[in-house]
Amino acid sequence: MRHILRRREWVADQWRYLGEEAAPGAALIVPYAQLQADSQWLSRPGPLGVRLAPVDAVEDLTGLLPHLSLVAVEFPSPGEGRGYTQGRLLRERFGFKGELRALGVQQDQLFLLARCGFDAFDLTQPQEHEAAVRALSRYDVAYQPGAAQVALRRQRFFA
Amino acid sequence: MYRYDALDQALVDQRVAEFRDQTRRHLAGELSEEQFKPLRLRNGLYIQRHAPMLRIAIPYGLLSSMQLTKLADLALRFDRGYGHFTTRQNLQLNWPALGDVPQILAELASVQMHAIQTSGNCVRNVTADHLAGIAPDEVDDPRPYCEIIRQWSTLNPEFTYLPRKFKIAVTGSPEDRAASEVHDIGLQMMRDAQGGIGFTVRVGGGLGRAPMIGQVMREFLPLGDLLSYLEAVLRVYNRHGRRDNLNKARIKVLVKSLGIARFREQVEAEWQASAAHASKLTAAEVERVRAFFRPQPYETLEDIDATAGRDNAFLAWYRYNTRAHRVPGYRAVFVCLKAHGQVPGDMTSKQMAAVAALAERVSFGLVRTTHSQNLLLADVPQRDLYAVWRELQDFGLAMPNIGTLTDMIACPGLDFCSLANAGTLDVAKSIQQRFDDLDYLYDLGELEIKMSGCMNACGHHHVGHIGVLGVDKHGEEWYQISLGGSANGFTALGEVIGPSVRKNEVAPTIERIVEVYRRLRAEGERFIDTVRRVGLDPFREGAYAAHPAAA
Repeated sequence: MRHILRRREWVADQWRYLGEEAAPGAALIVPYAQLQADSQWLSRPGPLGVRLAPVDAVEDLTGLLPHLSLVAVEFPSPGEGRGYTQGRLLRERFGFKGELRALGVQQDQLFLLARCGFDAFDLTQPQEHEAAVRALSRYDVAYQPGAAQVALRRQRFFA
Repeated sequence: MYRYDALDQALVDQRVAEFRDQTRRHLAGELSEEQFKPLRLRNGLYIQRHAPMLRIAIPYGLLSSMQLTKLADLALRFDRGYGHFTTRQNLQLNWPALGDVPQILAELASVQMHAIQTSGNCVRNVTADHLAGIAPDEVDDPRPYCEIIRQWSTLNPEFTYLPRKFKIAVTGSPEDRAASEVHDIGLQMMRDAQGGIGFTVRVGGGLGRAPMIGQVMREFLPLGDLLSYLEAVLRVYNRHGRRDNLNKARIKVLVKSLGIARFREQVEAEWQASAAHASKLTAAEVERVRAFFRPQPYETLEDIDATAGRDNAFLAWYRYNTRAHRVPGYRAVFVCLKAHGQVPGDMTSKQMAAVAALAERVSFGLVRTTHSQNLLLADVPQRDLYAVWRELQDFGLAMPNIGTLTDMIACPGLDFCSLANAGTLDVAKSIQQRFDDLDYLYDLGELEIKMSGCMNACGHHHVGHIGVLGVDKHGEEWYQISLGGSANGFTALGEVIGPSVRKNEVAPTIERIVEVYRRLRAEGERFIDTVRRVGLDPFREGAYAAHPAAA
C-alpha cells in the first residue's frame, strides 16, 4: 500500500496510477495524453485524476478540470522545474481546488512546492515520514507571495 | 548599505539549518550525489578538480569592513589563507572541506552574508556598476533595485529550478560598467518625462557558447512593474526554455529561436494574465530599501590637488588607480588585485583584513568588489590619498595598472576548475612578465584582456578588446585569440583572428598585436578605437607574421 503525504499527514493512497491494479470504480490517475486521446475516460465510474508530464501545457487542461478531482504533476528528475509553474497556474489562474500532487519528489523540494500550491506529495523516499513533514516547516519566512499551504511568520512581497 | 531585518536574518539562518541537515544526510549516505548536487549547487558549492569550491555571494559587490574581515578569517581558518574574487563580484574559496561548509555558511549568516544561489540553474547574484552611487554620469543608484531583485529571487518558489543559470545586472549609468547587455536580463535605469524611475529591459544577452547581445524588450518599464515583469519573463523561460540540451538551455537560445518580437508577445501576454497574482513592488518597500543607500555623511571639503609635490610613483598610481567622485574633496580608489606575478583576482587573508581596516578608517567602512576583479574604496577624502597609497603599497595592492593591459580578467582555469580546457593562470603570468615595463603599459593605454579557460566564458573573453580562450586540442592546451570585443556602453563581440596558438605563444602574439596598434594608431587613439577603425586584417597579418600557422 502506497503512502503519500497529504496536508501534512501520511495517509494510505486511495488513488491508483493507470497500469496499477485497480478495482472498478477505484480512483484512477490517467496520463494527460491518454485522457486527451480518449474521452471515454470521462464517463468511467469513480473519481478521475490526470497525470501531467513536464511538457504538458496546463492551458489545454481547462476544459477537463471540472471532471478532475486530482492533478498529479510529474517531477522526473530533481532539477525539473516546469512543474512548479504548472502548479501555480492550476491554482492561481485556473482555480483548481482538488488535490494537487507532486509526483517523484524528495523532501528537500517540499517547501517550495507547497508555496506553489501543491498539497500532496508522492515521494521517492517515502520512508522518511517525519523528516518530510518537518521539511514543510523548514522555513517560516518567505520573500514572495505563495499558496497558504505553509504558515509564514513574515513575508516581503504580496500579490 | 542594506541591513538585514528579522525576515532576512531568519531566512539565511533557516537556510543554514537546512543545508547542515542535507550535508549530514549526504555524508551518511542518505542522499545520493545526484540528489545532493542540485542542493549543494544552490548553496554555492561545486566539486572542483582538487576539492569543493565555495562561491560566496557579494550582492552587487558591496561589503562592509566587518564582512570583509569575516571573509579573511574564513579563508584563513577553512581554506589556505586566500580567496578569489570573480567577474560576478563574488568570492570563491578553493579548498574548503565539505563537512566544514555548513559552519562556514553559519558564520557568513552571522555577518548578513550567504552563498545562496551562487551556482545551479537559478537566478544568480545580481550585479551592478562598481561606481554605483558615486558615478558622475548616473541616472540613479541601482543598488536598491538590485537588493529588491536579490530578495525577490532568493528561494523563489517557482524559479529555483530553471533550465539553466540566470544572470541579472542593473546599471545606473549610460556607460555600462556592469556589462548588462551580456546578461540574461540587463536593466538600464532611465527616467521618464516626469522624472519617474524605470528601466530599459534587455533580454537574451550572454557569453558562453554562442555569445549574444541582449535585445530590448521594453524601452521603459516603470519601477512599480519591475517584479511582475521579471516574473513574466522567468515564467515564459521556465516553461519553454530547452531542457534537453545543456548547451541550448540559456534564455538567449529561446529568444533567438522565437525571435524577439514573438518572445516579447508571449511575455506581455503572460504579464497581463498574471497581474492578479504577481509580486507587487510598493512605493513603501522601495523607500524602505532606498533609505539604506542614502549618500554617506560626507564632510564639506574642497577639491584639492592631491598630486602637488608628490613623486612620480604616486602620480602614476593616482592617474591609473583612482577615479573622480561626485562629491568635492573625495575620490574613489582601486585596490589592485593584478600585481604582476599574482593570480588576477586572488587576495590573501592578510590583504583582506588590511583593506577592511583601511576602509574603516578612510571610506565609511565599505568596500566594493568590481567586475574587473579588483576592489574599490569608493569614498576616500583626497587629503588621505597619499597615506592610503603608502598603506596599499605595503600590502602589494597598489600596482598602478588599472585599465591597462595587465589589469586583465581571468577565470581560475584548468588549475582549479573541472570544466576548463586549458590553464589561464600561467598564461596571465607570462603576459604580466612580458608587459612588466610600466612605461610601455602606459603607452599602450586603455586595453582590456579577458581570458577564459573554456567556452563557458567566465573570463568574458568575447568582450575583451583582446580575448583569449583556452581550447583543448588532442589533450594539449591551445589558445584562440579574438579582437574587437567590448562591454562598456558599446557592447561588441570580438572576432577570432586566426588559428589558435600554443601556451608559450600567447604573450608574444599579444605583443605583436599591440605593436600593430602602435604602428597604426592616430594621435591619442585607444587600442579598441584603432581596431574598429582599421579592421582586423592588419592585426591578423601582424599577429601571425613571425609565427607558423598552427595546425
